[in-house]
Amino acid sequence: MAYPTTVIHRPESQAEVSVPAVISVQNIVHRYENRTALDGVSFDVRNAELFGLLGPNGSGKTTLFRILSTLMVPTSGHAVILGFDSAKDPSALRRHIGVVFQAQSNDGKLTAYENLWHQGHLYGLHGAALKARIGEILSRVGLSDRANEKVETFSGGMQRRIELAKGLLHHPSVLLLDEPTTGLDPGARRDLWQYLAILRDQEKVSVIVTTHLMEEAERCDRLAILNEGKLMALGTPADLKREIGGDVVLLEARDPEALAEQVRSRFGMEATVMGQQVRLEIESGHRFVTDVVEAFPGEIQALSVSKPTLEDVFIRRTGHRFWSEEKPEA
Amino acid sequence: MATQSASFSKTAAGRDGIFLPAFTLWWREIVRFYRQRSRVVGVIVSPLLFWVVIGSGFGTSFRSGGGAGQQHYLDYFYPGALIMIVLFTSIFTMMSVIEDRKQGFLLSVLVAPVPRSAIVLGKVLGGTTLATIQGMIFLVFAPLVGVRLGLSSFLLVVLTIFLVSFALTALGFAIAWPMDSTQAFHAIINLFLIPLWLLSGSMFPLSKAAGWIRVIMQMNPLTYGTEALRTLLYPSSQSDFSLATSLGTLTLFTVAMFGLAFVMVNRRSTKPAA
Repeated sequence: MAYPTTVIHRPESQAEVSVPAVISVQNIVHRYENRTALDGVSFDVRNAELFGLLGPNGSGKTTLFRILSTLMVPTSGHAVILGFDSAKDPSALRRHIGVVFQAQSNDGKLTAYENLWHQGHLYGLHGAALKARIGEILSRVGLSDRANEKVETFSGGMQRRIELAKGLLHHPSVLLLDEPTTGLDPGARRDLWQYLAILRDQEKVSVIVTTHLMEEAERCDRLAILNEGKLMALGTPADLKREIGGDVVLLEARDPEALAEQVRSRFGMEATVMGQQVRLEIESGHRFVTDVVEAFPGEIQALSVSKPTLEDVFIRRTGHRFWSEEKPEA
Repeated sequence: MATQSASFSKTAAGRDGIFLPAFTLWWREIVRFYRQRSRVVGVIVSPLLFWVVIGSGFGTSFRSGGGAGQQHYLDYFYPGALIMIVLFTSIFTMMSVIEDRKQGFLLSVLVAPVPRSAIVLGKVLGGTTLATIQGMIFLVFAPLVGVRLGLSSFLLVVLTIFLVSFALTALGFAIAWPMDSTQAFHAIINLFLIPLWLLSGSMFPLSKAAGWIRVIMQMNPLTYGTEALRTLLYPSSQSDFSLATSLGTLTLFTVAMFGLAFVMVNRRSTKPAA
């Protein structure tokens, strides 16, 4: 099969043509024995972009992460990173990407310095150059003074910083992180995200982060929202929220089905039932609220009006909540 | 503005070195070993305990088992005990493959530009080093069973121990690689490796075995390790194979086991790697 070696995918508007894609995910399908984890996902990531893969557990984002990081070969489709096909040319690609896994990959019995020394050797770095680089990266992540202590004695946040240092040791131009803030306290989370932004701005590293947290997704330049192996939305957080338009109104009722039906017939708008709540998207929600309460006296037990969030984007695209309990087992 | 994306070139990617990553993986096995004090103690004490307890127990129960002329059983058993020590250390060091996988350490190695052969070589040499050292510690007792070794015999003994260690560590690697629990690993060890050792001429000689057992023993690669050691330690005892045959077979076995480990590690699956 003839496949172009330098793939610069230009699927979107003309204005973006001048920006080459650093990562091009092309119609990736991945099947495990009896389950389709990814079902035809395509998108591009640009240079020096902080790109988020947002999805609930089981959405396929970890599978996609494994394919991007050369650990797995997709059933079909291509992941082309920096011009290298992750399935066909993994060893060439591996030199240029840094990978930070969700699970701890440090060796707790080794010191911080030794972990990095070991990591450097795996990437062909050695001698004085490696030593200098370790010193540099340890001071970047603020752990110079702990260099000779065993990693198993470190806090979760510090271990995560060593993971990051390992991923960045060989100056990768693409950094992949799988749920990097798992198990971190809020302060450590904030530090990590600030550091990712610095990497993007100062070193022009393209950063791809998987997350299931809406507030983290908000910090990304662009997002791909995955659900059950399909790409549900792609764009900046602001653009994605803007498409909802207006406000989101949630009405809590004893009989939400009946209420939704009444709202539909009375106001001629789309109303979805989620659990005990009826969800509406509407311009100027604050004015509508008084109307709806007067229209159905006694039926509404509680209500809320809010600006759309990424969760609302998710609900609109998928028709169910981000953390749905009644999701059918595939 | 010259962005990094403009400079993607395939020519920049050279051949991945094998020795630097193999060295660093080997180094890690050794460092991890001596930082775990209980393992160090176990390596030194267990051979002594094992040989003294089992050897003297059997020695008094079956005086002159008759396997090797007029040899005392404690003497006869010495090479077998040596093989057993090497066998267990070799195989069990490769439990670290399963631990590395569970802890996530292995993932960071798998996404590095490291040839898979370097992973096998580094880890297997690490286990081999530890098993060989343990075998050598046990050699300290050789004078107690009346063994006097010249330099060339000593070096050949070390070579034999090294080959057996390397082959068994590689076998342990190949068994451990696809596994996700140490319990499953133990089950396999008990199923295959203890019979492998029992039928290696360690407990009783090949020449005294019944027909079909003898065939199995002749097919068992460990038999050649035991035979080589026995020939080197007791040059006067009659043996079933020449030293050249034993060492040659062991070398073939070693290459085959390394090949097996290499095949296992190169299976790039579509299943999750962790």
